[in-house]
Amino acid sequence: MSAGVLVQGLFYAFGTVLVLGALGVIGARNPVYSALSLVLCFVTAAAIWLLIEAEFLAVVLVLVYVGAVMVLFLFVVMMLDINLAELRQGFTRFAWLGCVTALAVIFEIAGVVWARGTLGVDAARGPVPTAPNYSNTLELGRVLYTRYAYPLELAAMLLLVAIVAAIALTMRHRVNLKQQDINAQVAVRAADRLRIVKMDPEPRP
Amino acid sequence: MNPAADFGGLVLATPEIALAVGICALLLLDVFLGRRALTATLTLAVLALCAALTVSYAHVTTRRLLFDGLYVADELGYLLKLAGFLVLALGLLYSRAYLEQRRILRGEYYVLALTALLGIFVLISANSLLTVYLGVELLALSVYALVAFDRDSGVAAESAMKYFVLGAIASGALLYGMSLIYGLTGTLDLGEISTRLNSPSPLGVIVGLVFVVVAVGFKLGAVPFHMWLPDVYEGAPTSVTLFIGTVPKLAYFALALRLLAQGLGGTELEWSQMLVPLAVLTLIIGNVVALVQSNLKRMLAYSTIANVGFILLGFIAGTPDGYAAALYYTLVYVLVALGSFGVILLSSRRGFEADLLDDYRGLAQRDPLLALCMLLLMFSTAGVPPLVGFWAKLRIFQVLWESGHLWLVIIAAAMSVVGAYYYLRIIKLMYFDEPPAAAPTAARGGGARLALGLNALAVLALGVAPAPLLNLCARVLQ
Repeated sequence: MSAGVLVQGLFYAFGTVLVLGALGVIGARNPVYSALSLVLCFVTAAAIWLLIEAEFLAVVLVLVYVGAVMVLFLFVVMMLDINLAELRQGFTRFAWLGCVTALAVIFEIAGVVWARGTLGVDAARGPVPTAPNYSNTLELGRVLYTRYAYPLELAAMLLLVAIVAAIALTMRHRVNLKQQDINAQVAVRAADRLRIVKMDPEPRP
Repeated sequence: MNPAADFGGLVLATPEIALAVGICALLLLDVFLGRRALTATLTLAVLALCAALTVSYAHVTTRRLLFDGLYVADELGYLLKLAGFLVLALGLLYSRAYLEQRRILRGEYYVLALTALLGIFVLISANSLLTVYLGVELLALSVYALVAFDRDSGVAAESAMKYFVLGAIASGALLYGMSLIYGLTGTLDLGEISTRLNSPSPLGVIVGLVFVVVAVGFKLGAVPFHMWLPDVYEGAPTSVTLFIGTVPKLAYFALALRLLAQGLGGTELEWSQMLVPLAVLTLIIGNVVALVQSNLKRMLAYSTIANVGFILLGFIAGTPDGYAAALYYTLVYVLVALGSFGVILLSSRRGFEADLLDDYRGLAQRDPLLALCMLLLMFSTAGVPPLVGFWAKLRIFQVLWESGHLWLVIIAAAMSVVGAYYYLRIIKLMYFDEPPAAAPTAARGGGARLALGLNALAVLALGVAPAPLLNLCARVLQ
């Protein structure tokens, strides 16, 4: 059995697990199971990336998404008191819509794969095997900081915006904190504290 | 030796580079100076400095590609960026008192406005699907945060949420369409895509194109993707509404031009067929629904939708003249919208939003200058001859006529007549109705009022002498 067939077999095996995991994300009754299914999806996707010799991306996917993002997700899911019954409402009612959308997407992807040939883009060819001492990470770093320096800087700006926006929207000064605000005390005016009420004199008893 | 040569023409990207440096400087200065009133002045200084650097270094006469073809520097981008600087600076000038009254004058507001402007610039100069998407997201994220900026306002939070969810769907559609086109052509470069697509286009490209048109329609606010627009315009603080209503339109015009007319130029027949029903619906719904609004911000939102219909008509014509007419219309619309929202901002007081039509009863007696500005701006949007709005509409009619879309001219003209009603109604309220008893009197605020007066004068001056701007628009789109 040649290596090509083995790789193809592995691809279909991982692909099946990935699709099953994705179904698990939306089908599981318990949100924790959903999150764990998503972890399964990420790990399988990383394995598929390994098959096309994108080791660096595979490692980053596991480290960043599984290691950091999904753990955070799990924490959030466990800490929130989620009403499962409310969450599941309308699942069967909208299931047909989801199925139609999924079928449309499958049809479109099939169309793209079929049409690639007519445009002269060779899709059937797999990745070219690389030399044993070839470093994926080095090459990626090389193009990322030269050819793609502009999008990289823009992505950095996006992260800066995210930080600024998150702080601007969520940081509040607590109102009932027992602390002195010297500025407010000095700036106080009589009108803020004292109210003069005009009233008729009370009749003498 | 010329130092500029060392960086391989990087000076042409001066607007973006200067703005990014300015944003970082402003963030630090805001923390260390700690005086909010100063931040507003500093922001205007940053904008003026960036604009000055752009004028002196980034002047381009011929199209050039930078950053390995990810960035395009051309005259169109130069014109749109200078317009962006000017409009944002004026908008911030108008909104300063408003922000102060509502206690949301914080440094982050200005930083987010500048990052949004950076996103707009990225979009204007994008020559690759990658940079298009990054620009769209940079702009959108900044604007979502700006809409929710008044944290104590429930309405603002609700409209920000709505905007965020619908905007995410639009971004998803854009990304999906892009990935289909990328899958079929094997390149992200817009110039390369246009050479690789040969007619007749395969089904996959058309499907991708549908998603791209949906996303562009959503971003511009074309019917039936306009649902977010009135709610966001009404719910956001008026200063943010002014921002959303003006500068991003320049970017979305560039988005439509770069993606549809240049990148996917080979599918022009298909996308112009998709745009025709969008434009007709947009013109009809925008104008008819605006008739029954009692809130001025909401009415102007529907007026925006109606104006977007005209911009789409320029694209439908599909000739360089058509794109030039759409560019002219966009610039004119932005100038007029800036003034109109400026009037709302300057009429509002602490605890008084001035966003209802009834708040404008008898404005001519209370505040003659504001009323006169509003008169000029409303006549211009309605398309009354000596003002610039008339030329913008006329040019669109001309290019449609030349490209043989007679029935679209008839619909657009009929809808302009319908639209004239609600613009003229505001003038009637201001000049012929008695002011309510407890109406606030005219406020002071010299700089902003002077700028607004100049803004309204520009609408008149460009209308009396329309040739320079019209010729400029025609030249940059040759």
